[in-house]
This record gives sequence, structure tokens and C-alpha cells, in this order.
Amino acid sequence: MSKVPVQLTLNGSDRSVFVDQGQNLLDVLRRTLGDLTPKYGCGQGTCGCCTVMVDGETRLSCLTLAESMDGCSVQTVAGIGDGAKLHELQSAFMTHFAAQCGFCTTGMLMSAKNLLDTNPSPTREDVVEAISGNICRCTGYEPIINAILDVAARKGSGRHSS
Amino acid sequence: MIEFRKELFADERDDNLNEIGQPTQRQDILGHVTGRSPFFDDHQFDGLTHLKCVRSPHHRARIRHVDTAAAERMPGVHRVLTERDVPVNRNTLLALINFGKDDEPVLASGQVNYVGDPVVAIIADTERQARDACAAVRIDYEVLPHVLDPEEALLPDAPVVNDTYPNNSFDYHEKYDHQKLRFGDVDSAFSTADKIVEARYQMSPIEHAPTETNGCIAVAETNDRIACYTSTQALFFSLGTVAKVLDISSARLHFVGGTVGGGFGGKVDTVVEPLAVLGCLLTGRPVRFVYDRQEEMQVSSPRGAERWYIKDGVMNDGRIVAREFRGYFDGGAYTRLSSYAVIKGTAHLPGPYTIPNVSANVYGVYTNRTPASAMRGFGITGVDFAIECQMDRVAEAVGMDPVELRLLNAYRDGDMKAHRREAKNCALIECMQVAAEKSGWAIGDQYKRMSSLSGGGGERAIIPNTVTDENGKIGSSRERAAGTSQTGLQTPAYSPVPTTAPAPAYTPQPVQSPPPAYAATPVHSATPAYTPEPTQPPKPAYTPQTSPRFNAPPSPTASIDHETQQSGSDAAQTTRAPARPGASSAPGGQSSGESATRPAAPPSPAAASPSSNPATSTRPRNNNRFSSLFGTRRR
Amino acid sequence: MAIHSGRGFSAINYPIGMNLGGDPSQALVHSNPDGKFMVTLSSIDLGQGMKSVTRQIAAETLGIPVEDVYVDTADSDTGPHCMGSFASRGTHRVGNAVIAAATEARGVMLDAAAEELEVNPEDLETDGRGNIHVKGAPSRSITSAEACGAAQFKQGKTVSGRGIFLIPTSDVNPETGEMTPVSCFAHAALVVDIEVDDETGEVLVKDMQSAYEVGRALNPKLVEQQLIGGAWMGMSHALYETTEPHYPAREHGPVDFNEYLMPGPGDVVPHHISVLERPAPDAPYGGKGPGEMCANPVLPAMANAVYNAVGVRVDELPITPEKILRGIKANGGARPQRRPG
Repeated sequence: MSKVPVQLTLNGSDRSVFVDQGQNLLDVLRRTLGDLTPKYGCGQGTCGCCTVMVDGETRLSCLTLAESMDGCSVQTVAGIGDGAKLHELQSAFMTHFAAQCGFCTTGMLMSAKNLLDTNPSPTREDVVEAISGNICRCTGYEPIINAILDVAARKGSGRHSS
Repeated sequence: MIEFRKELFADERDDNLNEIGQPTQRQDILGHVTGRSPFFDDHQFDGLTHLKCVRSPHHRARIRHVDTAAAERMPGVHRVLTERDVPVNRNTLLALINFGKDDEPVLASGQVNYVGDPVVAIIADTERQARDACAAVRIDYEVLPHVLDPEEALLPDAPVVNDTYPNNSFDYHEKYDHQKLRFGDVDSAFSTADKIVEARYQMSPIEHAPTETNGCIAVAETNDRIACYTSTQALFFSLGTVAKVLDISSARLHFVGGTVGGGFGGKVDTVVEPLAVLGCLLTGRPVRFVYDRQEEMQVSSPRGAERWYIKDGVMNDGRIVAREFRGYFDGGAYTRLSSYAVIKGTAHLPGPYTIPNVSANVYGVYTNRTPASAMRGFGITGVDFAIECQMDRVAEAVGMDPVELRLLNAYRDGDMKAHRREAKNCALIECMQVAAEKSGWAIGDQYKRMSSLSGGGGERAIIPNTVTDENGKIGSSRERAAGTSQTGLQTPAYSPVPTTAPAPAYTPQPVQSPPPAYAATPVHSATPAYTPEPTQPPKPAYTPQTSPRFNAPPSPTASIDHETQQSGSDAAQTTRAPARPGASSAPGGQSSGESATRPAAPPSPAAASPSSNPATSTRPRNNNRFSSLFGTRRR
Repeated sequence: MAIHSGRGFSAINYPIGMNLGGDPSQALVHSNPDGKFMVTLSSIDLGQGMKSVTRQIAAETLGIPVEDVYVDTADSDTGPHCMGSFASRGTHRVGNAVIAAATEARGVMLDAAAEELEVNPEDLETDGRGNIHVKGAPSRSITSAEACGAAQFKQGKTVSGRGIFLIPTSDVNPETGEMTPVSCFAHAALVVDIEVDDETGEVLVKDMQSAYEVGRALNPKLVEQQLIGGAWMGMSHALYETTEPHYPAREHGPVDFNEYLMPGPGDVVPHHISVLERPAPDAPYGGKGPGEMCANPVLPAMANAVYNAVGVRVDELPITPEKILRGIKANGGARPQRRPG
């Protein structure tokens, strides 16, 4: 089957790949580009484990055609920190014990980051809405919600965030 | 919203430990939040291939012909696997600990027994190519009658689900088609009880639904060994199973895992590793076999459905004096771990309550559905649902507060449990008191003063004279009374599908009369002895006399359990489990488990040195417990 | 057409470990020359915290800080046999194996320190911060790193240990069911408060109050994770989950998360947990595994609460709005019961 050339930016780095027609972005990220942070949970767009950001918006990479990513800027969890320094959300997830098996965590972080990037002072309902597309089977969601609200509160108190 | 009630049982603890009790950060949390925790799929391999299966669309069918010719020619296809490729194509998971008989093929051989049963496996360069090739496989099926209800499966003329267990029930002790629990004399106690409370409870199959589906990648290492990166919950169970079914030395297998995206019991069955490793051996390529979400939902094992009938005899003051169970674990088409769940569930009865007369018959039943397996609370969750709903029914029957009723009947340190071991380290009472107090659930002062440490033992530690029986031998469910339909059972509302109806591919066959979504399926026709306010259609009663499969224990004049005789010579015939001192190196203390006591009898020398009856052993005494793992028949 | 409040109660216990025993686990512990210890297992972390709790157990037993311990699992080439992570056996079986291995390793470390300090090993204690000193004379001390280095390069000792924990398999009597299932049990009691809409049959869970007895909370945050997550799963089982909504018929089995319903973040229920600790004599530092029993009490408490709210006994799980409505209809209307307690 013929391949389609795609040039995109992944976490700030220019990448060029050839993808199969119909291949999804999750597959290309993991298998071709070597970014293992988004996960395969369903392939049906119902679990959120594959959530990444494309041009500043969250997308379900399992349902995103890789060939449509030409010229796009893709961000995954591998790129939300600052070098070796963790993003505040990552630190907050640790402090709040907001992960057990960890499989939903990268998707959750992308959804949470997207929320705080667009709404720095979310209500609890805003947080719930933002992560409602991310399934967690382990934590019962409470510590995740608390971690996100914690970051929002600290940002709101005037501390500068990256 | 969590507090630690340190004041309770404080004198049994030393709280001045160094690391224990600290809210130390998880070792793996940094990996989780950076996405670097190494799940099985987080490995890159050149030339990775993908495996997908062709699965049965029928509940039960004979395989007449499998045509893979077209699939083999399709682009990207490396290898097509059928049952002929599997060296030892019959296994059961617990064979590694010598429990049960091999009954499940890796790839179906001659017959399929549930919708989703794998028949052909195809390995191709991409998952899409593998799926396309699977769609090109032609299988000619002869659809057979099937059975989906566990009680129907135990009827004499039910279709045979699993030919290793032709009676549709697991064989226990090479003797019975169920596991028994007998403690005291329930019939006698029922006859003197003030009230009888009975009901039927049903728990549905439930999927583990971990966010990471079952999967593995098998890849050849440089030294003629196969590495398998796997989501298994039991590394050596999986390694041993693969060694057995592929008939290769376990020394050639290198299993890597330990970081799993949720298990909950659904990743013990070793469903993906055998085919992936086989594919790797035959193709020389890395083989990735991962369930998609649809497979995870309907093909991977669920928690098996359970059906429980409970009958209680209770006095007006709230004491439950007798409790009788009949339980059905619906294991689906193959055994997997359901055989073990039956025993675990039996041991759990009658719940954390001291009831002087307890009886149970618990069945592991085969039906033509996805094989069930372990799930969080395995063997316990379903029966706890039944028991705790039942306790509320009992409370209502005698007009008692539900918490006070439970406190009254709760087990305490020193009580004898129905499986004849002394209760120790109890804390049910304290949990109930705390929960009641913090939620504003008022209970009487005498209930607030109760304690797990007092009120137990003494008369409550005695093993009563027990009525036993030898009913329900293996095969008895299929015995026919001469010339008659002997069941006397009402036709169930759900009827099996006629065999002539052709089925669409990969969808269940239509039923004739769908059952109402909420109504007990009446199997027995008698009305319940205790009729609460009519909240629902009449529930089927538990009526041992009309059931051919469960016969009430005979009257007390027959077969008294000689274990409770006081004489020394009779005590020598006790069948209690032997203690094996010194087998464990636990620094925390003796690990011989709860001790059986015979406080009513003057201890006789024979009772102190228990003998065991090999014929009653569930597991054959096999010193080579892991013979299949460590090489009695390896190349 | 009303919303009815109801509350329900349940109490359970839960067996810790594989039924009947016969499920061994092993552990290996060894130190590098720096006094940093590795615990090598084949046990599986499903998210329940296996790696973390065994790390703390090892550190406690060795008498060194948890930062100096790392748990490596699971590789069948390097890890000794473990039966696996199921049946709430991890903390109990693997924890005990780790204690055995760490005890042996600690013994060698203290021997080495004693030789360096020219005292008897019995005179030494660890301070949990990386130092080994003479009891009552804290200035006479050596670091665990120095002791381990001396052991390996000077004294020719391997600061390592091996452990196995096995409860011998119990028989089962075919006629009476007599058996030794496990050696200890965890406990729980739970109150759930709900509202039932008698027009839609929907259940809104308002609050959960619970008490869980876990032997010892080896790590209170890990225990909290299990109890919150487990109770969530219990609620999910009670009200939503089934692979066969028309069991025993197999129609309409869900094939994705759109159809397989579970409560989402918007359905989170306040859950007030009290943890009790009555150590089990043969459990590692008394700790029983909370990972399975956390879900169980929610299911019947929910059914009992529904009966209290509208007088319908739903004896078949899951408790769906349809079942509640059919029950209400059969009763000729909602029949709220007297609020208990």
C-alpha cells in the first residue's frame, strides 16, 4: 500500500515520516516516532488513554488520521515538562497519589493541561467536564480532580506557571 | 475523607515503626506521570508482526471444515495457525498445581463452545492486514444446541458444553458434582425456628475493563530463547502454561512484565501468550497479540455470573439458627479458575456470622458462554451480595434494626466457623459500630458495648453433631427415572434456541421469549414460605424435595459425622486437614492457619495427631507439584 | 413522582490470600557496595502498589531508609518464583517473603558492621536513617554503606538474603467442606445514602460512610487509594456493570465503553472512610491486603438502600432503573420504608 509523507512537529522537534493510508496518529506516534506516552485503550475513542494535543487542542490520537497531521504541531506528555523539570500537573498528580496503574495518566494529564491552558480558574464542574472523556478504572477519579484543582488554585494565587 | 481509628486495637499494635505506616510516595509514580512506566507494549521491535484471531460466531457448533487458503495468500500474511500447530492443544490453567483436568484448547479443535472461541490465528505485518486475512477465512459450522442458563445446564438432557465434564458441572473429589458444606442439622433447626426467610439472588457477569487490554509481545532472543513481554498478573503461571502447551522447556522462556495497566483478575488466564510465543517460534518474527476493546469486553473472561438461593431459620429475638445455601457459579465453556471459586465461596459461608447450623451445595457449572475467571473479590463478591441482602430481609422479618441484627449474629474471636476452624483476629463488630456511629445510625447501648474480643468461644466453639450425605454424585444430574421426565420443573421463561435457526456471523442467536428485565426466572414452582410485601413477582422458593440435583440431607438418624464422637478410636478417623508444621519460614508467626478445636471433648492422643484421608483430598498428593514446569516431560 | 431517600447497610469480611494456601512467593534481597539494596521479585504491580509496599517492608526490616531500597520486578530470568498478584495475596505472601529475605540480609549487614566496630552483632541497632550503632552508645557507629562495602571488599560476605513464604495446602473434606481457607480476614462495614427517582428509576448516590479493617495500614496513602477506588468500583458493579444485560441471554452485550457503563468523574460520591487496624499475627507487620474487599460491601448496601427508599428489593445485579421501575409498578407505587437507625 502506498505511503503518505507527513511532516509535523512533535514536542517542538521537526519530524518527517511516511505513514500508511488510514493509519492512525497513535500508531505512528508509538511505532514510528517512538513516543510511547500515549496509550492504546480501546481504539474506539471512548477511553481517552490516547489523548494528545494537536495545534493546541486535545485530540483522540486513535481516531486521528496520521496523514492529516502534515504541518501540525503535536504535543504529548513527553513534551509538557521543561527539560528534566516536571510540569506542575505532573507534580500534583504525584503529590495527590492520582495514579495507581498509570495507564490512563498520560491521557488525563493532556486533558488537564488543555483545561488549565484555556481556563486557568476552573470550577470543580469544569474539571469534571474536562476529564469526562478519560476513563480511570483504579482511582475513582477523586484524587485526579483534587490534583487538577490544586494546580489551578496555586496558579490562581499568583504563582507563575510554565 | 479518610481517618485512622488508631485507638481501636491499639494494644495489639506497635505504631512506632520507621517506614511502615508512612505515606511514602509510590516507587512508580514518576514513571506514571511521565509516561515512562514500561507496560508490555512499551517496547520497540524491528519487524513486529501482529496476530488476530478468527472467532466462533456460534454458542456451540461443530467445525466441519476450515479453509484458510485465501487468507494465506493475502498481503502481509506470514503465517496462519490452526489447532494442528499447537503441540499440546488442551490445558487448564490450574493444571500447574494439579487441580482439574485439561479441558480447553488454545485453538478450537472439532467444536466451538462459546461465541468468541478462537479457531484460527493469523500473523501479518500490520493489524489491518491480519484482520483482513481473518475475514477471508471460511469456516463451515454445523450449529448445535446450546445452553446458557446454569440450572438448565444441569438438567438431564442439557447439551454437553465441555466434553471433559459431560455433566456440565465440575467434578469435586472424584465423587460429587458439587462442593458440600455441612455443619450441624439445618432441617432440624428450620423446624424449630420462629421464621423462615428465603430468597434467590443473581449476579451478572462483569468485565474487568482495565484501561490496558490483555496483550503480549513475543520476540526471539539471541540464544534460542523467546522473550515474552506480557500484561499477565501471574508471571510464572503464564510461563508454565506456555511451556506446557507448546511443549518446550521452560528454560527457553523469558517472561517480562510486572507493570500492568489494571488487572482486577482479568489477566491471569494466559490467553494471549501461548499463541504469540507459538507464532514467534514458527515465524521467527516478533509477534504482538493484543485484545482490542471489543475482544476485551466479550471474549476475555468476565467475572462469572453467580446464582444463590439462601434459606434462613431465625428466632424472634434475631438469632439466625440455620442457614442453607445452594449456589451456582456459571463458569462458561471452560474451567479456568471457576473450580477454585466454588471452594473459596463455600469456605466463606455463611458469612461473618456465627450460625450453629449451616449447609450448602455449591456447583461449578458449564454453559456455552465466554469462560469466566477471577475478578476482584473472586468467589466472594457475589455471595456477599446475597448474604447481606438476606440479612436485611431477616431483619425485616423479625422487626429488628439491620445493624443490630448483624451485631447480634456477628462472629467473635473463638467462635467455630462452618468450615470448622476457629475465628480469630475478628473485627466485624468494631467496623459496624464505627460505620453506624459516624453515619448517625442509632443502635442500642448493649450493641455499642459489643466487642469481637468478648462473647465468643465456649459453646460457640463446639462443632455440632452434623448431618452428612452422599447425594449428588458425579453424573447424578443426568440419571433418568425410568420412562418419565423426572425433573418436575416448571418451563423456564427463557428457552434455548431451536437448532435449525441459522445464525448471522458473530452475533448471538435470537431468543424465543426474552425474559423480563426484572423478574426471577422461575425454575421451581413452589411459593416462598416467607412472603414479604409483594415487591415483585413471586420468587422461586428453595425446595430441596422437588429438586433432583439437590437432595436434602437425610434425617438426623442417618450418618452422623463420626468426627464429633468423643471416643479416642473414632477421633482417629477424623478427616480434618492435617497440619504440616515447619513448612513455612514466616517470621511473623506460625502459618498453619486457623486451628481447629474440639473443646467439648477431653483431648485424646489420636485427636492431637490428625490423620488425613487421602480419598477426600481435593488435590492429589503429588510431590512434583510443578512437574509440568520443571521438567518431567521436557525435551 | 418523587425523589425518595434511602439508606442501606452491609458488613463483610474477606479472606486474605489464595484459598487453601499452597501459593508460595519468593524474594531475593541484596546490597550493592554502597549499602543500597535491591529487592528482586517476580510479583506484579497492577496499580495496587506492590512495588511500593514491598519496598517499605524491606526498608523497615533492613532498618535502612526507603530511599536506599529499590524493588525490581518482574523478570523471570532474575526474579524468583511468585504465584502472582491475585486473591489479595500480595501484601501477605510477598510481604512475608520479603521480610524473610531482608532479615537474612540485615543479619549479614550487622555481622559486617559488628566486625568493623569490634562488637557483637547483638549489641547493634539501626537508626532507620542509614546508620548502624551500638545500643546505648550512638557515637560508636558506622553507616550501612560502610558496612556493606566492608562486607564485600574486606570480609568476603555477601550482604544478601532469600525468602519464601508458603502456607501449606489445605485439604477439603468432600462431605463436610471442612478446610483451612486462609489464615486471616479483613473486615468492612458500609452505609450508603441514596436518592431514587420513582419516575425514572435512577439512583443518585449521595454519600458513603465506611469502616475498613486492614490489619495494618502499611502505607496509609496506598490504603486510601485502594479504598476509594475500590468503593467506586463497587458502586459501578452495583448500579451499572454487566457484560450480559439480559443474562442468561447474551443479546446486547456491550462492546465498548459507550455501552459498558461505569460512573464517571461527575458521579463521584463523597466517601468518608475510617480505617481500623487489628494486625493479623502471620501477616507482614500485621498488614492484610485491602485491594479486593473494598468493593464488596457497596453492592448489597446499595440494594438495601433501594429497598429502604422505594420498597423494591432488587436481587439481581446490576440495579438498573428499569428493574426499579418494574418493581415500583408491581407494587402499585413507591413504598418508602422507615429510615433505619
